[in-house]
Amino acid sequence: MSEPHPGYQPPPVAIKPPPHGHVPHHPYLQHHFDSMAQQAEASTLGMWVFLVTEIMFFGGLFTAYLVYRHQSPLGFQEASHHLNIYWGAANTAILIISSLTMALAVRAAQTSQPVRTQITYLGYTMFLGLAFLGIKAIEYTDKFKDHIVPGPYFQWEGLYPKPAEQFYSLYFAMTGLHALHMVIGIGIMSVITFMAWRKTFDSDYYTPVEVAGLYWHFVDIVWIFLFPLLYLIGRHYHAG
Amino acid sequence: MEITAAPLNYLNNGHSLASWLLTKDHKRIAILYLLSITAFFFLGGFFALMIRLELLTPAADLFEPDTYNKLFTMHGVVMVFFFLIPSIPAVLGNFLLPIMIGAKDLAFPRINLLSWYIYVLGGLFTLVAAISGGVDTGWTFYAPYSTSASNSHVILAGVGIFITGFSSILTGLNFIVTTHRMRAPGMTWFRLPLFVWAHYATSLIMILGTPVVAITVLLVAVERGLHLGIFDPALGGDPILFQHLFWFYSHPAVYIMILPAMGVVAELVQAFSRKNIFGYTFVAFSSLAIAIIGFLVWGHHLFVAGQSTYAGLVFSIISMFVAIPSAVKVFNWTATIYKGSVSWDSPMLYAFGFIGLFTIGGLTGLFLATLGMDIHLHDTYFIIAHFHYVMVGGAIFGYLGGMHYWWPKITGRMYPEGWAKFAALNIFVGFNLTFFPQFVVGYLGMPRRYAMYAPEFQVYNVLSTAGATILGVGYLIPMIYFAWSLKHAPLAGDNPWGARGLEWEIPSPPPTENFAATPIVTEGTHQYAPSREVGIV
Amino acid sequence: MYYAVFAALIVGTALTVAVAFVDLGAVNNILMLGIAMTKALLVVLFFMHVRWSTRLTWVVAASGFFWLLILFGLTMQDYMTRGWVDGTLR
Repeated sequence: MSEPHPGYQPPPVAIKPPPHGHVPHHPYLQHHFDSMAQQAEASTLGMWVFLVTEIMFFGGLFTAYLVYRHQSPLGFQEASHHLNIYWGAANTAILIISSLTMALAVRAAQTSQPVRTQITYLGYTMFLGLAFLGIKAIEYTDKFKDHIVPGPYFQWEGLYPKPAEQFYSLYFAMTGLHALHMVIGIGIMSVITFMAWRKTFDSDYYTPVEVAGLYWHFVDIVWIFLFPLLYLIGRHYHAG
Repeated sequence: MEITAAPLNYLNNGHSLASWLLTKDHKRIAILYLLSITAFFFLGGFFALMIRLELLTPAADLFEPDTYNKLFTMHGVVMVFFFLIPSIPAVLGNFLLPIMIGAKDLAFPRINLLSWYIYVLGGLFTLVAAISGGVDTGWTFYAPYSTSASNSHVILAGVGIFITGFSSILTGLNFIVTTHRMRAPGMTWFRLPLFVWAHYATSLIMILGTPVVAITVLLVAVERGLHLGIFDPALGGDPILFQHLFWFYSHPAVYIMILPAMGVVAELVQAFSRKNIFGYTFVAFSSLAIAIIGFLVWGHHLFVAGQSTYAGLVFSIISMFVAIPSAVKVFNWTATIYKGSVSWDSPMLYAFGFIGLFTIGGLTGLFLATLGMDIHLHDTYFIIAHFHYVMVGGAIFGYLGGMHYWWPKITGRMYPEGWAKFAALNIFVGFNLTFFPQFVVGYLGMPRRYAMYAPEFQVYNVLSTAGATILGVGYLIPMIYFAWSLKHAPLAGDNPWGARGLEWEIPSPPPTENFAATPIVTEGTHQYAPSREVGIV
Repeated sequence: MYYAVFAALIVGTALTVAVAFVDLGAVNNILMLGIAMTKALLVVLFFMHVRWSTRLTWVVAASGFFWLLILFGLTMQDYMTRGWVDGTLR
């Protein structure tokens, strides 16, 4: 069996000497990468691919929303009127500001600004994330008070109780999943802030901030779509 | 015991349990996966044997119908989510993909290890569900039975599948990034082995499809637990929506299972015919085409579920298009073998088996994708036979062929070739005896998923059960000689087959770092004899 | 430049809330979703740096939305063609 098969040819590859045997490696370069650039490209690509899976993950819920809105548009309109548009708008603004501070935090690391600046921006981002969750908590509490949480205690005064219950099922599923992503995001940010405090990031190495930023912006984008879909569509019928 | 110290390789580089359980080496993680999926394979196989035993007679005399429902559900869940989906990608792909492209490891070794732990965690949930009483919904978890009617452990099994889904997503993510960013200098896209192309296409499905099924089974679990009205019509939901979301993933998922096997067969056919693949570009792109078209056809599972007639027509027509890239592959493998210097080593036997059985499985798939035909055949044993021809005759044959082909590379040892040939033949005979009668009995109208059946179907079921026994023995033989070969078989050397490809140019078993220095690739890695000698390419 | 994008996002939010209170018929939904798309695009292009990224990043980001459209499109082509055959609900 160890005899080479007839027809065997010598290998087609040349083995080259180690590419940069004497160049000192950057301390954050992992052994299986050739260069910092390759490592950074791999990480950002990895995050982008992960975000694609996240799009599809939320996509299942958005499909459900689309189908049920198609089946009972009037019921969904009626149900969405019970959501507080001002809290929703405030939360949208909060997330947009947090995206700005996040982008500035990435920029700060990228341009080797002082650790204090990096931490400040990251701190703002986390604070705004918490503010978002706080408002979300207030909204959820109101829903419990008004008995419009789906389940045995659901009560609906309007014309379309079934679609309304369905709307709120989707509301809690979608905003709940989004809030879970916010919690995870804040967790990631606290790790990143700790790393920044340890003077990890400068213009040579800022991949973790950048990658965490991508995630944060994505969660913002999900909310940018959730806000009009849940709070706004159909609002004008009672506006006048 | 050994006189000269063996060269350091990934197997003898650290012997402690921690050096295995905390390893970041893709090759060791592949071995961890190999052990765990083998355990699940035999668990799923045990359920299958119980099913076949029950069906030996028309009456439900061995198990209660309830128990039977749990048996076929657990068989499906274990085999699909815990064996077939991770099988080739997580074992052979993990082991070979970095080596084939000339990299030291996957792009994210820690995430790779994490994916194994996630897999094990999901597996534990499912085992707990199985031990504490099982699930009886069928592996498809159709609503509203799964959301409200069934009183079995749907939440546990659903969470298990949800968790395992992330293991699959992370593997896919790792493969995609690795293929894009870790290729050795000179390893251009069109020099990649077809195995890598197949895994790239598989990874696309893993990352684009799996999240949808994850959210779907999560919603089922939430709906059961918290009474959110998503799928249950009693709560205002739509059970057909469940089927749409479920099959958006689960149809492409069958391509997760078959595409890597196709990649393996492409390698086998070249190595044992001593020829370059016929029409490399076509075969490479047909993998991508299967992955993409595979996402457009899921509705053919819903023909009789209440989906609109027009949607059925559209899905039926698009389904026909999957046949094109699949046929391209079959024709090109055959053309590769044609006038090749074919050697009948055991991996090649599996490749031959694959080509024949996959063709049968694929063509019967066309019957089922035809809207009118499916009304007759839906939920009969014809379906069971069809997808077992693809899943067992395709995916498992590919997996076993690949295991035999790369076993010398993975362990450094050969296995007894005589026994391997015998086992391959055994599996082929057993498989056909098990599933061919099911085509007939399904066409005659025997429905799937019942513990009892009409007496006139008994002869086919007896044949099928007899075949399953032979098949079961056939699976045990390789287990035994593979285990035996670890200590007793002769050393294999670096390239026992005289095959081409980067993995055959490094020692067996490979060193931890794979390559002493980054290889520079100067031509396609699978150049066998020059084309004019074989006349046809 | 980040501040300019930020201003545009805030204006977009204000605009979309304002539109919600004015009855424009079907235009309402189109406007609101249009604004949401624009905002998302701004975040992707500028905050997420896609404008300066490799073509591969473009492809990856676009494929996510493309597959989402497949999921929406083929699901809805079932629900929107229900009852097209006379005398059946299918």
